[in-house]
Amino acid sequence: MAEITISDLRHAYDGDLSDPSKLALKGINHVWRDGGAYALLGPSGCGKSSMLNMISGLVRPTAGRILFDGRDVTDLRPEERNIAQVFQFPVLYDTMTVAENLAFPLRNRRIAPAQITRRVNEVAEMLDLGPLLKRRAAGLGAADKQKISLGRGLVREDVAAILFDEPLTVIDPQVKFDLRRKLKLVHETLKLTLVYVTHDQSEALTFADQVVVMSHGEVMQAATPEELYDRPSHSFVGRFIGSPGMNFLPCALDGNQIRFDGGTIPAPALAPRPGSQLTLGLRPHAIQPADAPTGITADLIEVEDRGPWRIADIAIGTNHLKMKLKDDVPLPSGSFPVRFDPDATLLYADDLLTGDLRHAQA
Amino acid sequence: MHKLDDNRAWLLIVPVFALVAFNAIIPLMTVVNYSVQDIFGPGQRAFIGVEWFREMLRDPTIQAAFIRQMVFSGLVLAIQIPLGIAIALLLPRSGWKSSLAIILIAIPLLVPFNVVGTIWQVYARPEIGLLGRAINAVGFDYNYTASPVAAWVTLLLMDTWHWTPLVILLAFAGLCSIPQPYYQAARIDGASRYAIFRYIELPKLKGVMTIAVLLRFMDSFMIYTEPFVVTGGGPGSSTTFLSIRLVNMAVGQFDLGPAAAFSLMYFLVILLFSYVFYTILKMNSRA
Amino acid sequence: MSIHLEQAGRDVDGIMHLADIDLTLEPGQLYVLLGRTHAGKTSLLRLLAGLDRPTSGRFTENGADLTRVSISKRSVAFVYQQFVNYPSFTVRGNIAAPLKRMGLPAGEIARRVDDVARRVHIEPFLDRLPGQLSGGQQQRLAIARALAKNASLLLFDEPLVNLDYKLREGLREELRNLFRQGNQTVVYATTEPEEALQMGGTTIVMHEGRVIQTGPAHQVYRNPASVTVAEVFSEPPMNVVPARIDGDRLHIGALDIPLPAHVPPGQGGDCRIGVQPHRIAHRQQAGSVRLDGPMDLAEVDGSSTFAHFTAQGHPWIARLDGVHVLAQGSAFAGYVDPRDFYVFTAAGALVVPPATQGAAHG
Repeated sequence: MAEITISDLRHAYDGDLSDPSKLALKGINHVWRDGGAYALLGPSGCGKSSMLNMISGLVRPTAGRILFDGRDVTDLRPEERNIAQVFQFPVLYDTMTVAENLAFPLRNRRIAPAQITRRVNEVAEMLDLGPLLKRRAAGLGAADKQKISLGRGLVREDVAAILFDEPLTVIDPQVKFDLRRKLKLVHETLKLTLVYVTHDQSEALTFADQVVVMSHGEVMQAATPEELYDRPSHSFVGRFIGSPGMNFLPCALDGNQIRFDGGTIPAPALAPRPGSQLTLGLRPHAIQPADAPTGITADLIEVEDRGPWRIADIAIGTNHLKMKLKDDVPLPSGSFPVRFDPDATLLYADDLLTGDLRHAQA
Repeated sequence: MHKLDDNRAWLLIVPVFALVAFNAIIPLMTVVNYSVQDIFGPGQRAFIGVEWFREMLRDPTIQAAFIRQMVFSGLVLAIQIPLGIAIALLLPRSGWKSSLAIILIAIPLLVPFNVVGTIWQVYARPEIGLLGRAINAVGFDYNYTASPVAAWVTLLLMDTWHWTPLVILLAFAGLCSIPQPYYQAARIDGASRYAIFRYIELPKLKGVMTIAVLLRFMDSFMIYTEPFVVTGGGPGSSTTFLSIRLVNMAVGQFDLGPAAAFSLMYFLVILLFSYVFYTILKMNSRA
Repeated sequence: MSIHLEQAGRDVDGIMHLADIDLTLEPGQLYVLLGRTHAGKTSLLRLLAGLDRPTSGRFTENGADLTRVSISKRSVAFVYQQFVNYPSFTVRGNIAAPLKRMGLPAGEIARRVDDVARRVHIEPFLDRLPGQLSGGQQQRLAIARALAKNASLLLFDEPLVNLDYKLREGLREELRNLFRQGNQTVVYATTEPEEALQMGGTTIVMHEGRVIQTGPAHQVYRNPASVTVAEVFSEPPMNVVPARIDGDRLHIGALDIPLPAHVPPGQGGDCRIGVQPHRIAHRQQAGSVRLDGPMDLAEVDGSSTFAHFTAQGHPWIARLDGVHVLAQGSAFAGYVDPRDFYVFTAAGALVVPPATQGAAHG
């Protein structure tokens, strides 16, 4: 187990660092605490997989250092780093039994046979692979195969971290829950440092204590799932997390008012840098129809019934927004007053969170 | 309308059917016909049943040729399959070096069989051939027209030069199709180079190597042109393989009946061996 | 031009893939096949396309037998899960390929290619090869090729399943709008209830090779004919627990509550109670029943949290709005209003849906 520190990690596929805009990783600093469950989340091509492969040692960064517990491992090969990795598609040694697959990393490291047997049985027990130990690994289902891949990491008592590269992609939705639960259990019991790469916010927010959201080779926010959802520090995170994503409404400060096309709301006491572009960030559930006039009027464009709730496309002035209503909330029609929930209305300046409207009530 | 669909489908396979009939089924039936008759001359023949088959099985020259053939094919497989895999493992997997290596390796496959024979016939001659003179210069008494061992060595070298590239190409294609994560996982698991070969590469090569073994077995079991050009079956009868013996019988002695029976058995033996190989290898890869 | 399946079935090597399919596809309508993996969705699509033949039953178009008519003679387009394009043709060449085969004049082909490329937003890439496109763009191309043919029957087999989460969200909305504009018959297969609801049209719920319910999406969602439909058409699956009606009392485990008023009289004995996950609230409301027990796993999906917990001896799932961190093993208390109960017979047939039906009264 180890604390993993990444310092000023920069990477260019052609090794040329001169043009910062072309870098796959643009100078990333981060600390993965010992025993934490982390997710690296971002759209395809954001650099998350490259970063994972640098931690495991499969890819060497063009510049920057990687430290395990303060020890520089940047120049070490994967087998010298004591990490384990689970890939998108299950990697198994087809000719071996499940037990032999689990024992493989230990046999390579010349561990005593009695100890190997003990570890293999312990890990098989934890992952419910006990009854399968004598079976050929090749004939098993995808979920069991992924468990074996994970098991090959867990058998090593010296393992510093386990890295996951979209491990649930090939798993049927019905068995995903089982594997997710198993992963949580493994984390709770063994307190290993886990790093999980995915493009799927559900995977990341379900798995991790802390999620690192990346875009175009940069970290946009590293925070708990709740923080990412409730207080995205960058507008990209607001759009990326949540379904549908956060609404952004261009606005301007006008004394103690925030003015936007279609209405005003009281402003908080803050002074963003003059000249910066201000926007209001509103989760779809933060916009709700009001019983009495509020100074903000919305026009209903379209309503979509999504079962548990409805998503309404509305226009406030010339702005198009999505409003989320629970299925037992009466549906308005035509033009109607709406209310912004002050606890969930955030103010952004040049895409960065600068404050909320919690204390701005008149 | 539905019937029309079906009829047209049948029409489409008629050309293939005709082709196969002319170049396989009809000649084969002619051979079957000869194999059960004694032919004295034009228009003079008698039905003698399985007599030729019985005689061929008892013929000591054929028995010897059969053993020779088995040994030859066995050696060919034992040398060329491991050698082919080994060379394929050494090749670069991508880039211009890889393309260049593949082109160079494939050259022997493009040389016609009798030209291969002629090249080696000259190349290995003790008095003028580069190889022959070099071996003699080192101190070995090497003459493939006089020594059976030298004749065998020459033929095996030639066949290996000619056909190992096929095994290399198949093995290389197999290796290229192994996904990268397998290698990455093995590195992380601390696997040695040998363990990677034994537990990842070899299992994944099983499919293509089945094909390589089958092709090399069938080709080497039927080998004719190259030994005919190089040794002519000698010295003595030390390199008289089944096909050479067969041609001597059919063309040299004009014993059509026995030769027909012989060739039918030859054909069945190859079919049988190929089937056995195929079944064993397939069973292995399934288990 | 309506397509009709009557008692159609398909067995392959003695294994049933489809059975007793009765279906009528009206021209210009949208049909969504909803079911879990291996429910028979792909088999049914292949049958409709003419790629496979039914081994029993009738398959007709306006009364004419279609059983043995090959796909090339019919006006059908198919979009797959995988991004299937001609790798050596440009985007333009890919879209034009089926049109050239139809023998259209060059001017007409160019016009259609431009039109359809604009509709699916790939006009900037017309001269690129598929290999130079992102996953989302490759699937747009496959969709464009299918649309360009102007086939009378368009088949989609989980076209978005291999795309990133956010891309999926956007493309889903675009597809729905495309289907609304077009006059082609569309059959769209999915495993996701939310996708079925968002697409709208007629939902055909499939399970184990059979059609188990057909009807307008929202109607099927709110009135599932059986427990199976309720489970398939809800994400997460509807909570269904065994219960017993005893006079005017309802027993669920150790719970003993008055029989809700919407349950028709004359019910008695064993039954099953269904509760939609989003109807289990975090906060107590008037008249609600408390379900409490230990938390299992909390999964985050889009903008909501699936809390898995155990209460009254049964596993339950509550779908809570927003992102919440709920530790495994912690105490969970959920509240559910008995008026929101679905009542099924012990065998699983619907007796009565909830008294209040969300959007149904909106």
